[in-house]
Amino acid sequence: MHRETISKDTAPGVTPNLADYDRARAEFTWSQARTALARLPDGGLNIAHEAVDRHAAAGLSDKVALTCVSRGDAVSTVTYGELTRRTARFANLLRSLGVGHGDRVFTLLGRCPELYTAVLGTLKNTSVLCPLFSAFGPDPVEQRLRLGDARVLVTTAALYRRKVADRRASLPGLEHVLIVGPGTEELVGTLSFDGLMSAAPDTFTIPPTSPEDMALLHFTSGTTGAPKGAVHVHEAVVAHYATAASALDLHPEDVYWCTADPGWVTGMSYGIIAPLVHGLTVVVDEGDYDARRWYRILGEQRVSVWYTAPTALRMLMRATPREGPYDLPRSYDLSALRFIASVGEPLNPEAVVWGRDVLGLPVHDNWWQTETGCIMIANFAACEIRPGSMGRPLPGVEATVLKQGEDGRAMVTDGRVTEVDSPDVEGELALRPGWPSMFRGYLHDNERYEASFADGWYLTGDLVRRDADGWYWFVGRADDVIKSAGHLIGPFEVESALMEHAAVAEAGVIGRPDPVAGNIVKAFVSLRPGIEATPDLQRDLLAFARRRLGPAVAPREIAFDQDLPKTRSGKVMRRLLRARELGLPTGDLSTLEGSS
Amino acid sequence: MKRTEALDMVREAISQVIPDADVAALGPDDAFRDVLEMDSLDFLSFVEVLSERSGVRIEDDDTPRLTTLSDSADFVVAHTQ
Repeated sequence: MHRETISKDTAPGVTPNLADYDRARAEFTWSQARTALARLPDGGLNIAHEAVDRHAAAGLSDKVALTCVSRGDAVSTVTYGELTRRTARFANLLRSLGVGHGDRVFTLLGRCPELYTAVLGTLKNTSVLCPLFSAFGPDPVEQRLRLGDARVLVTTAALYRRKVADRRASLPGLEHVLIVGPGTEELVGTLSFDGLMSAAPDTFTIPPTSPEDMALLHFTSGTTGAPKGAVHVHEAVVAHYATAASALDLHPEDVYWCTADPGWVTGMSYGIIAPLVHGLTVVVDEGDYDARRWYRILGEQRVSVWYTAPTALRMLMRATPREGPYDLPRSYDLSALRFIASVGEPLNPEAVVWGRDVLGLPVHDNWWQTETGCIMIANFAACEIRPGSMGRPLPGVEATVLKQGEDGRAMVTDGRVTEVDSPDVEGELALRPGWPSMFRGYLHDNERYEASFADGWYLTGDLVRRDADGWYWFVGRADDVIKSAGHLIGPFEVESALMEHAAVAEAGVIGRPDPVAGNIVKAFVSLRPGIEATPDLQRDLLAFARRRLGPAVAPREIAFDQDLPKTRSGKVMRRLLRARELGLPTGDLSTLEGSS
Repeated sequence: MKRTEALDMVREAISQVIPDADVAALGPDDAFRDVLEMDSLDFLSFVEVLSERSGVRIEDDDTPRLTTLSDSADFVVAHTQ
């Protein structure tokens, strides 16, 4: 496939951290990367110390750590010194509640300043932070609180009322609910975050923290079964720091904006941890996407490095097409912007070129996932971009393509896999474990963790091909997991919710390609005998699913189908539903029910 | 278009995108994106549906004028005169 390569002939204003790709790959070691961090006085490694306290101690106390833009456009700032004190208060608050090492603290918050306090204060206290996306509905919230053994939840009155209050009785392990802002008085069984914070001392000594202590829990979706809680440890910060230098080209003077919500791994690793460890000023926008708002923030906040997502870029492309006019972006001063990166789903070549033409900067796609904890494959500031490619492996990352078996996943024969040597051949992307932010397990599910590896490789579930020069190109998922608007959605979770509806007999959920979101969640349902398929029922089902799952997970389309394709064992074949939807050949149907 | 018609049209467009939305309970000046937890894809669909039903071309730059029932209805009325 030939596409126009974007070269980097002109000398950049800022010298890239990674200037020579081959040399960086040859010279990089993780043990050397570890020395870039400060460490605790006793030699321990704690993410919050690296991200906050050490900067305040090293003369950056008055530097702005967070520039927060509220929904109503009010701008407030938090310095590194203030963030040190706030996170100390929160750590003390947790301690006063008897919450300590390894205890799970969940956040269910919008992108407000308190979220950053709670995240980093939890890490300070050596408790484990699990962020939840505020657009999850009550079902995903309850399930994750339960699976993750939540002891503490930090949320707002509105979110608590809408998503947790009804389920509280079934979550006996959830001892403390802290409500940010007003409303505690009316909510039984909750505490005031603000009240407890103001009573807590603003100094805190971080207890001994081993690099292997569990720090973060990120839920991700699989093809089957419940969501999986990927466990990350404090040492992940080594990888956050190193990869943000090489793949995002962060420099100390940057103003940085990551548009991903910290409810997802990108918003945590690169929206909070990595930029703060680099001592940057981080822009936090509480509001939702809006083309003018985003251009305004880029301009007014003098953002220099911007990490966003394909869906957002495609929305901006609609608002300000490549053909022009460019009035909207030109009405803001975007001259500070020097590097743009994207992650979450494959970035179409048009979006890369759009960036170059409309913003004056091409977009650098990169690839990683919840389990890897940090960027693995990227287009770099100093290197040419091949639009449509996710780029090449980072220094310290060993990637390969594995030959596929019949089920689409890597073929494993007698415990051995086969690497694909020829260029441009599809196979499953695999990574050699050993980098610091590699997940250390799925919580309470060692079986699924073990199943993620074969023959010394971590199997990503993504299908790729590698061209002759070593650039990786995303092909699709090897399983049924849906990538929608940069979020991974497990079809099983959606099907389970639909099957709770009295009218539904069975459900199959797939991703239907969508020009903006990459994929949207589409459900096919068969109805119980005697139930009529009507537009009203269709609406009712959409509403039902959305109430339970929330907008981030719920299907956006529902179709009735009384003949869902099933395997002989009675499992709905999503692959076939998808092939039908796309008008693709349906392939080998021999395992299909009713076929001979 | 009359304002009451425009208001109904806005309500219908919201209902089509958010089937469980209690539009009857929505105040004329409530910021419905927040109240109904519309994400950016929902909002995009809302804009498309409203544009289709009213025949009004809605640019992305118009969206700050589509935040409440009231201003959305005003917008539609102003553009169908």
